[in-house]
Amino acid sequence: MTNNPISRRNFLGLAAGAAGAAALAACGSSGPSNSGGGSTGGGGGAASYWSLSGPPGEPYRQAAIDRFNKANPDSKITPTFFQNDAYKQKIKTALGANQGPTMIWGWGGGGLKEYVNSNQVEDLTDWLAQNAAVKDKILSSSFGAGTVNNKVYALPVETVQPIVLFYNKEAFSKIGAEPPKSWGEIMSLVPKFNAQKIAPFSLAGQSRWTNMMWLEFLLDRTAGSEVFDRVFAGEKDAWSDPAVLDMLQKVQDLVKANGFIKGFSSIAADSNADQALLYTGKAAMMVHGSWSYGIQKEQGGNFVKDGKLGWMNFPPVEGGKGDPTNTVGNPGQYLSISSKATAEAKETAKKFFSTTLVDDEEKAGWVKSGGVPVLKGAESLFTGDDAQFLKDMAGIANGAKTFAQSWDQALSPTAAETLLDNIAKLFQLQVSPQQWVDAMNGVIGK
Amino acid sequence: MTTIAPPVVRTKEPSRSSGGRSGSVLWMALPAFVWFVIFGIVPLLGVLALSFTTWNGIGEIQPSGLDSWKATLTDPGLPHALWVTFLIMALSWAVQTPMSILIGVFLATSKRYREFLAVLFFIPLLLSSAAIAITYKALLDPNFGLGTGLGIELLNQDWLGNSTLAMATLIFIVSWQFIPFHSLIYQGAVRQIPTSMYEASQIDGAGRVRQFFSITLPQLKYTIITSSTLMVVGSLTFFDLIYVLTAGGPGDATRALALLMYQQGFQANLMGPASAIAVILVLVGLGLSLLLRRLGGRGDESQLEGA
Repeated sequence: MTNNPISRRNFLGLAAGAAGAAALAACGSSGPSNSGGGSTGGGGGAASYWSLSGPPGEPYRQAAIDRFNKANPDSKITPTFFQNDAYKQKIKTALGANQGPTMIWGWGGGGLKEYVNSNQVEDLTDWLAQNAAVKDKILSSSFGAGTVNNKVYALPVETVQPIVLFYNKEAFSKIGAEPPKSWGEIMSLVPKFNAQKIAPFSLAGQSRWTNMMWLEFLLDRTAGSEVFDRVFAGEKDAWSDPAVLDMLQKVQDLVKANGFIKGFSSIAADSNADQALLYTGKAAMMVHGSWSYGIQKEQGGNFVKDGKLGWMNFPPVEGGKGDPTNTVGNPGQYLSISSKATAEAKETAKKFFSTTLVDDEEKAGWVKSGGVPVLKGAESLFTGDDAQFLKDMAGIANGAKTFAQSWDQALSPTAAETLLDNIAKLFQLQVSPQQWVDAMNGVIGK
Repeated sequence: MTTIAPPVVRTKEPSRSSGGRSGSVLWMALPAFVWFVIFGIVPLLGVLALSFTTWNGIGEIQPSGLDSWKATLTDPGLPHALWVTFLIMALSWAVQTPMSILIGVFLATSKRYREFLAVLFFIPLLLSSAAIAITYKALLDPNFGLGTGLGIELLNQDWLGNSTLAMATLIFIVSWQFIPFHSLIYQGAVRQIPTSMYEASQIDGAGRVRQFFSITLPQLKYTIITSSTLMVVGSLTFFDLIYVLTAGGPGDATRALALLMYQQGFQANLMGPASAIAVILVLVGLGLSLLLRRLGGRGDESQLEGA
């Protein structure tokens, strides 16, 4: 046993490696946390703000903060921007470590509910009651996903984002076809596009929530919004509905018919490769959130300007019970105030909420980004190149009988992860529709 | 060879391990020990404690007995993740070891052009895993990748979107990244083999191949064990490369234990089960490392007998 020291070193090194990995993961990277929750904050109520990076939103978020900082030099807001998928984990880790920002950007729904249950965010109900002028400027339909147990914990900001079917007009003229008006037409377009070596649909499957949008629409069109409402309400075995099996079968039929671009399951949405496939003409159609318009305008050269991008609400399914005006997506983005922030920082945040975030420049900025603002009375601003798109999006959002929130945002993070995991396996044909239903019934109400 | 085991070595043993110098050696281990307790033992105990709780990562930590363990051990994702982990381990070992030994032996000879090649071989080791993963992801993109760029349709496979191909691609990238490191270890080890052995065998009429199998490989025994331990234990903790490259996908085709732990803890907000997986990861690693030590046999036999 003369080599004992070596063996112990191996042993210790290994333990250190594994434990270190776990510890690093547990600590997480708290990220740049300037005047984060627990700290006492500088004089004048400096506040921090975390949100998403990249087009189309980041320039307008930055502009709002610059505007506020200019008007309030004593109580500056420091922004930090993160990539979409990375942000979702980062914000949780930071909040768990009491290193969160003063203002927490989010999607409302199940994620917000978890913050509320952990006493991480301020109740804004009373503040909004005292500042009725602020509340009146925002679309009332956007408050739903920011409300938990009848109390408002997050202010709707930025834009209303329905998910729509985008298409490349050039690709359609190449095969001499019209945009699909029904599910049957979609399925018959698939072989036509494939014959021309154009992928029928672009999809960033690695991000998983991109696949989910298909299920949301197909379920709604076949069975209406009630099925998911029952899941959301936590009813036992709510996924065991024949319409769900039918919808899942339709998805797998489309996958098997090569409806999606080759290699879709390794494409991540964060790099916007899915949008690139559409504007480069490698794919003919794409189901995506309305924010994609701003990305394609920014990155797609003259594609949008030359009028080659088309859009429409998801078409109905033959014999389906769902109202074809229904849509899903984000009824708004949401800003909460950390309950761990200092009183001064909270004041700064509230001032930001009641002044900059509801001013006319904010409204005009989001319109310019290619989005429909959550602020009322934006219709008069729909002019110029984007007018038609903005009018259509406002029409879809306001004309929808039901504007459902995206499933992964509506559900708790635990249920959402199982959902996304099973959706990825469904698209990979790793699970059958029945296995999918069984797995999802297991996490209802969790 | 064991017949001429020299007693000299044995008499030296006691004086080495229990001599007067051990007192002064112990304190030298102190800084490392303190560091290890703070960053190794304490978090490990923390993870162990967390595995008996329910915690969503942001709220209150609630003790919940064996709930997390039950949830983890009945999750069908666990055996799958274990299988993926072992597959990555076995395949990357099987690819890396022969390649590393051959390259190491090749580079051990001091010739100018080989020294130049050694520098080139070393380059992948200088890059971070995340950078490698992002680069490969871009190169292997089925629509905008290398195949399209060079106009070679054959390269436009669904490298990361097909379960089998994704695993093969992962093994290739892991090997590409770590073969230089292990070659370096073997290069050093080969240079330590006394030239007299080769000279003697030459006189006996042994050729190059015979020399390789009868002298080089047996002499590299302990190096192979060290290098294998590093590979096996290292592959347990692969995370960054897989996460950036495939995020565990497609589906769950490349979801190894470390990724399952991350998914449970940071995406599903189930810190309890994630900690249980972390504990399993530590146990598996310890078991493997001890097993490899055993395979190495007793460490007191000399390799230089007769040299």
